[in-house]
Amino acid sequence: MTDNKTATVQVDLTCVKPYGDALNDGKVEMAFTLPVPYGEEAEECAKQYAKKMGFEEPNVTYYCELTPGYTFFVVYGAAQVTIDYTAIKVPKVEGTVMDRVECGDWIGENVGRDITVVGASIESDAHTVGIDAIIQMKGFHGHFGLERFKNVVPYNMGSQVPCEALIAKAKEVNADAILVSQTVTQKDIHIKQLTKMVELLEAEGLRDKVILTCGGPRISHELAQELGYDAGFGPGKYAEHVMSYIMQEVVKRGWQKKPNIEDR
Amino acid sequence: MKSKLNLDPKVVDSARQHAANIAHDMQEFIERHTTVSTERTIVRLLGVDGVDDVDTPLPNVVVDQLKEAGALPTGAAYWIGNAIVQTGKTPQEIAEEMAAGKLDITKLPTCSQEEAAEALKPAIKATFERIDMQKAKRKEYLETIGEGPEPYIYVIVATGNIYEDVVQAQAAARQGADVIAVIRTTAQSLLDYVPYGPTTEGFGGTYATQENFRIMRKALDEVGEEVGRYIRLCNYSSGMCMPEIAAMGALERLDVMLNDAIYGILFRDINMQRTLVDQFMSRVIIGYCGIIFNSGEDNYLTTDDAIESAHTVTASQFINEQFAVLANIPEEQMGLGHAFEMDPSTEDGFLLELSQAIMAREIFPKARLKYMPPTKFMTGNIFRGHLQDALFNLVTVWSNQSILLTGMLTEAIHTPHMQDRYLAIENAKYIFNNCRHIGDEVEFKKDGIVQKRAQEVLKKADALLADVEKEGLFSTIEQGKFGGVKRPFDGGHGLEGVCTKGENYFNPFIPLFMDHE
Repeated sequence: MTDNKTATVQVDLTCVKPYGDALNDGKVEMAFTLPVPYGEEAEECAKQYAKKMGFEEPNVTYYCELTPGYTFFVVYGAAQVTIDYTAIKVPKVEGTVMDRVECGDWIGENVGRDITVVGASIESDAHTVGIDAIIQMKGFHGHFGLERFKNVVPYNMGSQVPCEALIAKAKEVNADAILVSQTVTQKDIHIKQLTKMVELLEAEGLRDKVILTCGGPRISHELAQELGYDAGFGPGKYAEHVMSYIMQEVVKRGWQKKPNIEDR
Repeated sequence: MKSKLNLDPKVVDSARQHAANIAHDMQEFIERHTTVSTERTIVRLLGVDGVDDVDTPLPNVVVDQLKEAGALPTGAAYWIGNAIVQTGKTPQEIAEEMAAGKLDITKLPTCSQEEAAEALKPAIKATFERIDMQKAKRKEYLETIGEGPEPYIYVIVATGNIYEDVVQAQAAARQGADVIAVIRTTAQSLLDYVPYGPTTEGFGGTYATQENFRIMRKALDEVGEEVGRYIRLCNYSSGMCMPEIAAMGALERLDVMLNDAIYGILFRDINMQRTLVDQFMSRVIIGYCGIIFNSGEDNYLTTDDAIESAHTVTASQFINEQFAVLANIPEEQMGLGHAFEMDPSTEDGFLLELSQAIMAREIFPKARLKYMPPTKFMTGNIFRGHLQDALFNLVTVWSNQSILLTGMLTEAIHTPHMQDRYLAIENAKYIFNNCRHIGDEVEFKKDGIVQKRAQEVLKKADALLADVEKEGLFSTIEQGKFGGVKRPFDGGHGLEGVCTKGENYFNPFIPLFMDHE
């Protein structure tokens, strides 16, 4: 019997840890494979590994052989480390997020001209799913793409577009913003390709004359900024998030009367 | 068999007839043209392999020299045959001398077409002996160790390193996989040559090379003997080198090849003339060699809406079927594609998916239908993803699909980890076994959601095909009627590699590969 008669105690946000079914129980579920032969030694190995990772009372709830020499585990453990939630600072894309219709109206009232963007999945990446989700009329998951926005002129160059071609197109159409999509992240290929884009823009003296954004399933705003982009859009971000940012940035930079790149 | 969906056989026949007319119409264009990749395929099949001192594959060396000399309209077969007559050397020796700059085969004295054809016979015989040996080996395996039941469990490996792929592929076979596909490295489809030798570097996949095919074939034969089940090997006969890779697949005993008449045009922006000419050569090879081709209709649904555009998938299946008929591919080798890609938040979406899948089976009763898992609406929430895959698996067994591209709970996160494949195969096997005869047991309400949906999609597919027949396939693609993607007749990659056949052109392999039951 316990003296504690209430369901929860007050959470201390300066030292939070995972919640299973009671505050501060630290319960974490995990699944991993170890390159060891299946057997009781494997189970013990997984337990010790979980302990070394900082989990108390590790419990291997399931394990099996994947192929000789490899064993798969489902493990529960109680995490000990805590985080000070109050000290967390996450860089976020600035500005208000508006919906598609509001964006169109806002551009009409505050920019007074069309906003032009060019987008592509660059270099070796053959996936169009990301750039299509943002630009194509149909959009994604009920969120229409930029082709359906009023006062926005988008160009979708598709996939496997060399950085040079994307920059040339941006110059040709006087883009306010460049949208770079990256889906494949194996061996950090996306980092190399995204970096190449920034370097080429800088070399051409265009870096501060366009708003440069990137997006993809493994891209965060923080990563984008580290790589030298103005903004990054990850999972759960749609065309309205991208355009809300771009249009407010155009006004912030005073580009309303500067549709041409060379005037900026 | 009575249609469970109450499909009108007259509409099915009408759609099939439109597709046949479309394919015949295109075939006239195809037969007037050749391409650099088709010619390189001929060179490869004459036994030319290897690279020059700057790693250019010798088939490219030969065909590039012919193209520069303006000799391509006569075809590589004639020029090699003539060079054999004039020099007495083998095709390989001729190619090596061309690479070394010692021989210009367009400057030799010329013999008649008959003499050139005669001179090629020993090289052709050697190639067919090797291909026939590979067909016999597959047959022997299927008769001795046998194979897993349909739906075949198809999984991918994609480490970038062929030797690491072998570890993953053998593990997957032990876990129950029947087909292993080695995903190609990003961007290989746009290379106008096939890389050479074993490779250990790739992004999102591993280079398709003949040596990599050989390494994986050996590994799968080993593990197949161990688990007592023939393990099929799959790769991509697609992109700029579509027919060359089919030839490599024939020589190294691939069993399944991704190969679509239209996919490269829409999704890789390869010129439509190039792809259509190339797909014919590749399919003629595939048909002879007992390879199952997989068409790529599933991709339409990643760029277009799976509910609104379902009929484009059905229409494309009819077209792919009829192109295959023209290449003499038996129905059992037609792996027509489709996918489970509707937005999971759709009310009764499961019924619509089921309707579509059963319809495909009823329209193509003997085809080796390839069913693709959810990808577009996979979110990174692996728990929900595992459930989406479970519903997909249920439709698969219910509608008697032949090849299940096994859905991974980690789709949209990374190429599969070893444990992802295990969990995915466990999911599929559980549902297949638990629901094995559900399709035989369940009938559908007359004019209910499932029946009406299939009838409507079939009707729209028939109307689209009628439209394509009237407009022509080229112009339909220009208008963006498939996958919502528009491609111009003279646009895209590889147009410079298309050429009109000259008067004396001949390709000795087409009649030989077409000659089977």
